[in-house]
Amino acid sequence: MSDPMHIRPFLRLSGLEPLVVRPETNFVNVGERTNVTGSKKFARLIREDKYEEALSVARQQVESGAQVIDVNMDDALLDGVKAMTTFLNLVQAEPDIARIPIMIDSSKFEIIEAGLKCVQGKCIVNSISMKEGEEKFIEQAFTCKSYGAAVIVMAFDEVGQADTKERKVEICKRAYKILTEQVGYDPQDIIFDPNIFAVATGIEEHNNYAVDFIEATREIKNSMPLTKVSGGVSNVSFSFRGNDHVREAIHSVFLYHAIKAGMDMGIVNAGQLVVYDEIEPELRQLCEDVLLNRNNDNNEATEKLIRFAETVKAKGKVEVRDESWRKEPVEKRLAHSLVNGITDHIDADTEEARLKYAKPLDVIEGPLMDGMNIVGDLFGAGKMFLPQVVKSARVMKKAVAVLTPYIEQEKEDRKQAHLAAGTINEESAGAPKILLATVKGDVHDIGKNIVGVVLGCNGYDIIDLGVMVHTDKILETAVREKADIIGLSGLITPSLDEMVHVAHEMKRRGMNLPLLIGGATTSRMHTAVKIAPQYDEGVVHVLDASRSVTVAGSLLSKEQKPEFLNGIRDEYDKLRADFGHKNTGKSYLRFDEAQANGAKIDWKKYVPVTPAFTGTKTFTEITLAEIAEYIDWQPFFITWEMHGKFPQLLVDPVIGAEASKLFTDAKKLLQQVVEEKWLQATGVVGFWPANKTGPDSVDVLNGTDVVTLEFLRQQVKKTAGQPDLSLADFIAPAEMPYQDHLGAFSVTISGIEEHLRKFESAHDDYNKIMLQALADRLAEAFAELLHKRTRLGFWGYDKEENLDHEDLIAEKYRGIRPAPGYPACPDHTEKLKLFALLGGEGNTGIRLTESLAMYPASSVCGWYFAHPDSKYFGVGKIGEDQLADYARRKGMDLEEARKWLRPILD
Amino acid sequence: MKKTLHKCLEERILIIDGAMGTMIQRHKLTEADYRGDRFAQWHTDVKGNNDLLSITQPQIITDIHKQYLEAGADIIETNTFSSTSIAQADYDMQSLAYELNTASAKCARDAADEYTLKDQAKPRFVAGAIGPLNKTLSLSPDVNNPGYRAVTFDEVAAAYTEQVKGLVDGGVDILLIETIFDTLNAKAAIYAIKKYFRDNKRSELPIMISGTITDASGRTLSGQTLEAFYTSVMHANPLSIGLNCALGASEMRPHIEELSQIAACYTSAYPNAGLPNAFGEYDEQPHQTAHIIEEWAKEGFVNIVGGCCGTTPDHIKHIAEEVKDFRPRALPVLDTELAEQ
Repeated sequence: MSDPMHIRPFLRLSGLEPLVVRPETNFVNVGERTNVTGSKKFARLIREDKYEEALSVARQQVESGAQVIDVNMDDALLDGVKAMTTFLNLVQAEPDIARIPIMIDSSKFEIIEAGLKCVQGKCIVNSISMKEGEEKFIEQAFTCKSYGAAVIVMAFDEVGQADTKERKVEICKRAYKILTEQVGYDPQDIIFDPNIFAVATGIEEHNNYAVDFIEATREIKNSMPLTKVSGGVSNVSFSFRGNDHVREAIHSVFLYHAIKAGMDMGIVNAGQLVVYDEIEPELRQLCEDVLLNRNNDNNEATEKLIRFAETVKAKGKVEVRDESWRKEPVEKRLAHSLVNGITDHIDADTEEARLKYAKPLDVIEGPLMDGMNIVGDLFGAGKMFLPQVVKSARVMKKAVAVLTPYIEQEKEDRKQAHLAAGTINEESAGAPKILLATVKGDVHDIGKNIVGVVLGCNGYDIIDLGVMVHTDKILETAVREKADIIGLSGLITPSLDEMVHVAHEMKRRGMNLPLLIGGATTSRMHTAVKIAPQYDEGVVHVLDASRSVTVAGSLLSKEQKPEFLNGIRDEYDKLRADFGHKNTGKSYLRFDEAQANGAKIDWKKYVPVTPAFTGTKTFTEITLAEIAEYIDWQPFFITWEMHGKFPQLLVDPVIGAEASKLFTDAKKLLQQVVEEKWLQATGVVGFWPANKTGPDSVDVLNGTDVVTLEFLRQQVKKTAGQPDLSLADFIAPAEMPYQDHLGAFSVTISGIEEHLRKFESAHDDYNKIMLQALADRLAEAFAELLHKRTRLGFWGYDKEENLDHEDLIAEKYRGIRPAPGYPACPDHTEKLKLFALLGGEGNTGIRLTESLAMYPASSVCGWYFAHPDSKYFGVGKIGEDQLADYARRKGMDLEEARKWLRPILD
Repeated sequence: MKKTLHKCLEERILIIDGAMGTMIQRHKLTEADYRGDRFAQWHTDVKGNNDLLSITQPQIITDIHKQYLEAGADIIETNTFSSTSIAQADYDMQSLAYELNTASAKCARDAADEYTLKDQAKPRFVAGAIGPLNKTLSLSPDVNNPGYRAVTFDEVAAAYTEQVKGLVDGGVDILLIETIFDTLNAKAAIYAIKKYFRDNKRSELPIMISGTITDASGRTLSGQTLEAFYTSVMHANPLSIGLNCALGASEMRPHIEELSQIAACYTSAYPNAGLPNAFGEYDEQPHQTAHIIEEWAKEGFVNIVGGCCGTTPDHIKHIAEEVKDFRPRALPVLDTELAEQ
């Protein structure tokens, strides 16, 4: 018997998703802007019945990192019960807001109860107290408990609101005893608000208020450790209203000390918290004195802070930017620019350094590389994330661009000098060289570009051959340029074979430099089983750009290399062995058995819908703005190696801040792309009469031509009753009395090249990669948009559909749009038929490479199936019997078929 | 003296019965059968009002209960899935809600007591089934007006209060809030139960809570993740938390596994007999369902198992047979200190 599981006594809240407040949670931000008493804007919107806009205030709080939102409708001019009910009902219909828990805030208990009746998640009630005596307190607590809410207890009793530490603690202890013993509250569901009052009011009795709160918090958390402490932070700086700069500093300093004392959550403006360390030292010192009531005899500290505040106020609403780093020596400034990705001063600073150092190369090898080393270290330690690194690289490239003409000139001078003196030029030993290429037939290079940038940042010299590079060119360039490592990238499955081929050629040519394998379609397993056996000098699969640095480092170090490669070899041998065992583990049906076990659709009962048109229609007028609404952002973040679910990752404690910055940059560039029409979206959709004519064959009638599509079928042995699927199963057989149809589409986002070149010449990899990633997202979004229009209109088989953005991403719609080359129909060669049906290259300008990748790279295509039972699936491994049958049906040579289907053969 | 429910749960995995509707369908009842003598002149059609059969055809309902008891069920559910004034409004029978609950509770009580008498070592329990309602508190039925609600929390709580009163008066052992697709409806039921017992100064009956995950997204229809759902109903201090309906056993597995990792109380699961086929029928065979549930028992995920839509006494018999040798999931230890213990 294993040990019993433990459930730990954390405060657990929920919206659509859970929020567990653990000791390591540190601090929970409660958004304060959805409060009519605190936000004039929100109050106005509610009073004017503009609930839609009021929702956007809530959404903004969530986007800026609020983990709970406080909702308050206490306004003399409002029907509070009605306003609370209306607003919370609307919030429930907005999954991006409703995902976080709600704090229902009112001084009127009837409004609180009205709120509790609207929310399915576990809320926080803010607040109840003993100000009207124990009896009422107990009754209200029972009510809160029967709705399952956690409760904030304000330190307030029959005598009044507690202001000293002793009173605060005394009232909280009394409330605790009542709640746990008489009402049955779990201690972890009790949150105390020991009252934050304004300091620096000029009244000396108020000077210790912050200290009282902080010390009461410490005592409460010591004596009742499962409870939580919360408070309305903005009260503390009330004396400085109108001066946000000082207020924000006071809030940060206050929180810094209160959190250390045990404060767990606070009502704050989530978008406006400054980092304690980043407050200018003078202001920080003044805030500390005031809050901690130090050096404050005769209000001395208070007076000083007020005087300081006036100087800031005089500057007006100018954005306060800390420019003090500009006063540092040039080396520090360069490092600062690199670490923070600031390009504003890089040209001038580089020029200044060039004049200071003896040789321009010294600037690169000295301060610039020092700065990049800091970046590398922070990245390695998980303190910087990929988008920041790429920004740093942009700064580096700009600096190098300033120096390059001088370096070239020096080289030339030396060469001339050598020639004149008759000596040999010995200037070639430099940084190790890494050659990168996307293999023949493949056009995808975002991942490769990112690897190039990251390796470049780590001091490697990158030779990037671009996309669709033939083996010969890769290998010849590697020899000529004396590359130290070759890195191959690819996204589509035929690229896997191409990589095997490159490895094979490297062996045949007797090369000895290591080979790195990367890209979305590659895997450690494929590398171990298929590529590594082709070449003995080291083949390593690299999962992502972050790993490429350590792998390259190990391979280029004479000491580490043998051990590293031995480790990889052992690992791959083991993978191969496992792979061998696995094959025998899964059992497969004979192909005829699998065909007999297809999806059982009762076609007699099916009532097909006839599309609004047959043949094709081309779309060139759909605007990027319209398409952008269909973007699924999650893959965008994966491109940047920021893993996690969107949009939650925007508030992730580790990557949230950087992810949000990236998202802001992305949206900014997207807006520019849309407004300035950088890209062109072209799509074509077609429908044709279609019938299933064989177990895995579908005849499509295009005018008078019959095109026969061939599909592949699952062959793995399923549990009883589960079918072995083939896409052909989703088309009605010819003998049905009605006519079934099939559709297809292709979309492309073109015109990117010119803009990529522009970014390249500005040494701006960050925006280059960003633009590529956005174009990919737009192509996918365009496909989503056309699919929706197909369901609702063109084909019209689901006119009633009412799905939101998330539903679309979750593929909740009826019908599917699988793409040739992907799991449900893994043969890329069927794409040729798809393109022919859609009118060929002319209609969209999409071109197919010899590996049947689409160019422009941001293109998507697929078949449309309408039957309600049609669903996405993966064909998985198939047997030799199906391969032979498939080759026969396609009229393809067996070995040719084997080549295209290799990824699904054993 | 019969063994208590808690004692039984400590000893073994308990079996809850299977579908009521599927079994009623087998009788191919007509409109007249549904009406019986008492409602012969009723002004609306009542065919399909299965809960009404507890009044008009009590023998059929009692027989179905006995078939499940014979198959090995420890817990049988009353025929009260829709016995609330809100759901009965479809047949204009809202005034019958209380009586439907007492009548159904009696059918189940009689059948269970008969079997308990036969074998005191295997006591049988009656769970009063509290269904999700046909109106929902978190979702608007009007797509153009997302803030609109077809019913209020107070109305739902009042309807449940009446149902709870009927079930308790009819003598049930457990209250089972089931097929929860909107957590706020379930919270109204919890609110009604807690208030009913407090107002009437009676000691509370154990509460079982069973949610419904509607698809592979792992969320309820009202959009909550499983953990969020559990967090939202924890205050009921339930005897068990679990899942039923919508999914077959194989689709339910990851969710019951997750629940077994987070639940502070016992866990229950009673899936459908697979997913419906093209005709809307369930055709997963008893041994297939039982085989998957045996896996759960082996992994220690569950304390109470049984079946929902499409399952039959034969399914329950197979399930009972397959899980009988496995130990029930051990109740977790509830820490009272923050430090890791």
